[in-house]
Amino acid sequence: MSAPPQTPPFKVLWLQSGGCGGCSMSLLCADTTDFYGLLRRAGIELLWHPALSLESGGELTALLADIVEGRLALDALCIEGALLRGPRGSGRFHMLAGSGLPMIEWTRRLAAKARHLVAVGSCAAWGGVTAGGGNPTDASGLQYEDDQPGGLLGADFRASGGLPVINIAGCPTHPNWVIDTLTALAAGLFTAADLDAFARPRFYADQLVHHGCTRNEYYEFKASAEKPSDLGCLMEHMGCKGTQVHADCNIRLWNGEGSCTRGGYACVACTEPGFQEPDHPFHETPKVAGIPIGLPTDMPKAWFVVLASLSKSATPRRVKQNAVADHLAVPPVARRTRLK
Amino acid sequence: MPRPSKTTRRLVGPFNRVEGDLEITLDIAAGRVTEARVNAPMYRGFEQILSGKAPRDALVYVPRICGICSVSQSVAAARALADLAGVTPAPNGQHATNLMLAAENLADHVAHFYLFFMPDFTRPIYAPHAWHAEATRRFAPQSGEQTRQAIAARQRWLTLLGVLGGKWPHTQSIEPGGSARSIDAAERLRLLSSIREFRAFLEQVLFAAPLEEIAALTSESALLEWHAQDPWRGDFRAFLSLSQALALDQLGPGPGRFLSFGAYPQADGAYALESGLWQGGHRQTVDTRVITEDASHAWFADSSARHPLDGQTVPDADKPGAYSWSKAPRLAGAVVETGAIARQLNAGQRLLIDAVQRHGGTVYTRVLARLLELARVMPLMEDWLRQLRPGEPYCLPTPLPDSGAGIGLNEAARGALGHWLTVRHGRIANYQIVSPTTWNFSPRDGEGAPGALELALTGAPVSKGEDTPVAVQHIVRSFDPCMVCTVH
Repeated sequence: MSAPPQTPPFKVLWLQSGGCGGCSMSLLCADTTDFYGLLRRAGIELLWHPALSLESGGELTALLADIVEGRLALDALCIEGALLRGPRGSGRFHMLAGSGLPMIEWTRRLAAKARHLVAVGSCAAWGGVTAGGGNPTDASGLQYEDDQPGGLLGADFRASGGLPVINIAGCPTHPNWVIDTLTALAAGLFTAADLDAFARPRFYADQLVHHGCTRNEYYEFKASAEKPSDLGCLMEHMGCKGTQVHADCNIRLWNGEGSCTRGGYACVACTEPGFQEPDHPFHETPKVAGIPIGLPTDMPKAWFVVLASLSKSATPRRVKQNAVADHLAVPPVARRTRLK
Repeated sequence: MPRPSKTTRRLVGPFNRVEGDLEITLDIAAGRVTEARVNAPMYRGFEQILSGKAPRDALVYVPRICGICSVSQSVAAARALADLAGVTPAPNGQHATNLMLAAENLADHVAHFYLFFMPDFTRPIYAPHAWHAEATRRFAPQSGEQTRQAIAARQRWLTLLGVLGGKWPHTQSIEPGGSARSIDAAERLRLLSSIREFRAFLEQVLFAAPLEEIAALTSESALLEWHAQDPWRGDFRAFLSLSQALALDQLGPGPGRFLSFGAYPQADGAYALESGLWQGGHRQTVDTRVITEDASHAWFADSSARHPLDGQTVPDADKPGAYSWSKAPRLAGAVVETGAIARQLNAGQRLLIDAVQRHGGTVYTRVLARLLELARVMPLMEDWLRQLRPGEPYCLPTPLPDSGAGIGLNEAARGALGHWLTVRHGRIANYQIVSPTTWNFSPRDGEGAPGALELALTGAPVSKGEDTPVAVQHIVRSFDPCMVCTVH
């Protein structure tokens, strides 16, 4: 077998600003026996990453200068964390250490040179949790502020490769959402058609968190959890938005076999713009006349109401009891006959 | 001794491998740091964001303070809410929470050792040393053989949190009444297998010895003897070899006061690792009423020293004399150090007590403490898992009062973490967070007293031509800083 043709590595620079660093920590949970080998085999070269590189201080600022001044080509700029524009547009809520320049200014300069721009996580995509409350730091995403196009770089921004900012939204992001996006970009297999209406990669945003949820039998019968640790469906009372939220969390699992709903708590819509300010307490489902306001995606309200009341009246005793227990109180009946 | 002829001032940063952004101003004379000022150059405003929210919303927000110690933040918030409600978590929930917290803390210790701390020994400045090639083979970022194994082991290890908490970081299973995720009998066996798998990594790669053999080393002379048997066998011994070669036992002495809030509460109310203030070889009890935070040198409007329940957070980026977004926490006015070293001293780890009596809190003893903690906590996790009682509750209902206050104390990997919560009319009226690196990397206080790192950097050697002095980097990273927590 002949060796594959040599292609130059896909050079990635990863910087952090107004966030928690959790998307980087999540990235290291990528399901592989050799993290760096995974990147290398995808043709990806990490020029610098805040948690994974040796270079500090002047070594980094020299690298940034090389990119800004055109001496080093940059294939993808990954930004993790919101862009802190305050106070009063100065960006002084995050001055990149040792550089005397606000991080938003570094981001603008580097964005002008990068072939692709990737917002890693909901903070970099929309502002996210950092933009919560009264948004004290005037945080925004790279190209969105919540669901409004604009953000730091403006709605019309296109990276030199032709794409808008790619929003790998999530809080945190799933490691494989990031790996798959970078792998596709490096292979030249990522186009505008691969982005959804909010510029999220469709390979994960075309799914709903509801898909593959292990509580689906409880959902079918509207057998609902009433308190934390109950096994029932989390939609009716516990604030779960999984039937409306775009992500493949229950298909592409987290840290082995996890997901929010499998961990016992509601989907809070962390991949969606503005999730940090839902206008209701996160742990409670907002309702009008006993009906949840947020209905399953693509489901007409009248049908939902009819089906819900019908399925509630048909709930098997087993499902009803287990829904409000923290362990299987009633197992399914075992039949001796051949199942048809 | 000749008078230092000239003091030069140098701004160093960005530091990486510190979980966030960090800048330090160094005054240097005659090849030594004479003064250091530590700047956390980013502000996010969680305390402002939480104000006015429903109290339980904190359980969604606070893990997102930090991507590397999110469980620790969740636990502190859950304890503050439990304190507000007057609820004690269900025993199963307590064990599950301890397991999640320990899983995160041990993962952080491994990440710190392999990803953040050891790579600095592969720097070109050390190329003339005989050990440089071996350090590079093991610990070079992105290619080091041991580093790559450690990332893989850590990834497998964190599948524990996939089961116990749905995901990591930013699990929301942790509740004031316990855990929202019950564990059935089959899952418990799988978790036990995962724990044994990680134990195997520690015993084969990090320690190259059974954990019990490490735990049985009760004095520094015993440790040195054990090390001398085969000085490069396993990465723990490699660290000891490097530490001896570079005299890390003398580098970066801290304030000598070590604070722990106590880790892993048990059903009888005691901590598996006892709380305390360790000073001069003795443990004293901690009185949280004498904790203050002062913002005299931070970019916040109010400069007075306040107890966290009475704390204020109003940014003022133009404040004269300020140089950091971190406040300065003090215990009865004193600067303290926190972290695994404080936790293990207060918990009576005999080898560490002996080492700290000889060397104080330095780069060597800080890293030693983390590695000893790995060996000590692992068997505890196996016990807690066995103590889970299938069929009994994991989470108790926690109705919250309309008004009141709650304190949530915890030990993150990096040390003492506290949340102080005030609720009025069903809404958060004040939420103040004092995180471990805020203690360790605080700026000067109102009395002008430097923070723990500022103190530890004084006297650090600077070689000619060094841009970001390597000794400074060892000292900074020996604290395992988490800058994103610091600047919540």
